[in-house]
Amino acid sequence: MQASKDTLLWMYEKMVEIRHYEETMATVYLEGKLPPAIQKGLAFDIGSGPVPGEMHLAAGQEPVAVGLCAHLKQEDTVVGTHRPHHFAIAKGVPLNPMTAEMFGKVTGLGRGKGGHMHLFDPVHKFSCSGLIGASLPPACGAGLAAKKMGKDWVAVAFFGEGAANQGAVHESLNLAALWQLPVIFVCEDNKWAISVPKDHATSIEWVADRASAYGMPGIKVAQNDAVAVYEAVAPAIARARAGQGPSLIEVKTDRYLGHFQGDPEVYRPKDEVPNLRKNDPIPKLAVQLKSAGQLSEAEDAALVARAKQRVADAFAFARESAYPVPQEALQHVFA
Amino acid sequence: MTTRTLTMAQAIAEAIGQEMERDNTVFVMGEDIGKYGGIFGATGGLLDRFGPERIMDTPISETAFIGTATGAAAAGLRPIAELMFVDFFGVCMDQIYNHLAKNTYMAGGNIKLPVVITTAIGGGYNDAAQHSQCLYATFAHVPGLKVVVPSNAYDAKGLMTQAIRDDNPVMFMYHKGIMGLPWMAYYEGSSNEVPQEQYTIPFGQAKVVRAGNDVTIITLSQMVQKSLLAADELAKQGISAEVLDLRTLVPLDRAAVLKSVAKTGRLLVADEDYLGFGLTGEIAAIVAENLDTVALKAPIKRLAVPNVPIPYSRPLEQFVIPQVKGIVEAAQALMKGRVLEGVAA
Repeated sequence: MQASKDTLLWMYEKMVEIRHYEETMATVYLEGKLPPAIQKGLAFDIGSGPVPGEMHLAAGQEPVAVGLCAHLKQEDTVVGTHRPHHFAIAKGVPLNPMTAEMFGKVTGLGRGKGGHMHLFDPVHKFSCSGLIGASLPPACGAGLAAKKMGKDWVAVAFFGEGAANQGAVHESLNLAALWQLPVIFVCEDNKWAISVPKDHATSIEWVADRASAYGMPGIKVAQNDAVAVYEAVAPAIARARAGQGPSLIEVKTDRYLGHFQGDPEVYRPKDEVPNLRKNDPIPKLAVQLKSAGQLSEAEDAALVARAKQRVADAFAFARESAYPVPQEALQHVFA
Repeated sequence: MTTRTLTMAQAIAEAIGQEMERDNTVFVMGEDIGKYGGIFGATGGLLDRFGPERIMDTPISETAFIGTATGAAAAGLRPIAELMFVDFFGVCMDQIYNHLAKNTYMAGGNIKLPVVITTAIGGGYNDAAQHSQCLYATFAHVPGLKVVVPSNAYDAKGLMTQAIRDDNPVMFMYHKGIMGLPWMAYYEGSSNEVPQEQYTIPFGQAKVVRAGNDVTIITLSQMVQKSLLAADELAKQGISAEVLDLRTLVPLDRAAVLKSVAKTGRLLVADEDYLGFGLTGEIAAIVAENLDTVALKAPIKRLAVPNVPIPYSRPLEQFVIPQVKGIVEAAQALMKGRVLEGVAA
């Protein structure tokens, strides 16, 4: 299935937006965390500043999110990981409440209670969590619900190559295949599970090769390329919508930043990221679009400006929003 | 005796390294414990000294590698397995509480399982509900696990050496906010003088880290450091607080609990785990069972995280996790408390 011009432009603009978002967050995250604003003797204080706590950014991994989400409707479900921003943005989660959540503001998706690894948007059917491999079972649930309700909705579970060795993943793959659930399991292989490279953790080269063991098709995407992802997952989406069951996709992608912001990445060769960035998928798609006459320089400039404005507006919204009152911590345990 | 100031993380890594030199059956498994040195520094420098055969990075497969620790221990080795965050116990709890904890008993005492599970606990730096819990009460509640929760570097080294030499499963739970990491604010009282040589601290021995006469604060982990700061504040107001650091929950030093409460008659239990069905209730119950020999001057006060998931946003998190100010206020309230006069039998 070839991507239409509209789809290509959508994917490109979304990737521009996601990259700008992640780069903005990488800078904003550092506010208040460095000397001299922090405890004496510390190089960094993770709990300080307007966006405290852990931060896991997806710069480099945009193609996986947009290539998949270009196929989705609002009613389709996406369950993401601890590195969720590219999935959330591609799924249509509005930037303002998403950002406010990361600033811990009451206008956030979770009224400040969840934070960046726990983003819940029931309207856009997006959720994520901080436990590795935990995205697959709820995606099976969304698929089961769609099937029981007689809808052609699909569910997508994203997980990393590091997660592929976690028990919940194996149980979910079997269950989805057994019950013919409309789930697309997408493994992002960014080669690193924090500091452990794939070949030190996984007994085989391609996680997608496990698909046949579970009774579903496995699809391999060797390039970190939105169009390649889009075309490769199309049959999986069609299968799921037609009631023919799940598929497992694996995409080779690149993690440009650390596992978490502040990660000194002592385990990573110093020249690795600069080399990866030479294959940056975003300028590559821009070149492709321009050469095909589908995007002019002026249109590109306008698109980039729009995307940057949306991001700027979101961060401004977050900063200006109020914090919740402390006593609200005791509310919302139960609905 | 040479001592130098170490952070708690350095003390833990030193204890493991020295015991690995002494006993070649000791080895470590866990995620990012190799080149990374453990996400919280507990195995810093050990890969370079001992190599990947004994400092083994694992896949993200906790059930498999913790079960592997059980099996290796049954076969005569002494594994240390790191559960990166205690909050992740859900993915491997069966191997811990149904097997590692119970096999010795079910075998009538005929097998030994010398496993140490190291794990990071605690919040206060905005890591939200799935990465900020303490949960030591959960592990203390199920039978068969020793539970060790150090509050400072000196104790951490002695307790870790003891843990590795113990022939039983030990949960060694270190609070991230007292590890002395260069990237997380921490209570500096947790870094202290640590002897170069090996030493052990027996389990089941609480420590009076500050003697006092008016109020007993029973506590552990990072809350010990907060309680000491609170005690300084209280002293300025003429309130003399005794701070008892439990150090281990299983075994628990019940005698030290009763001795301190008998001395002051006023008890505050300060805990960072959840309030309901937990440590504070256990300590209160121990005292309540001994009111024939221990007199209370005021009802017991319990300070703990209310039974809500730990929220992300700073004002919310600061509200639910007990702070120095809250400990001071609770102690002040205790001084004003009264019990009913005894009723004749």
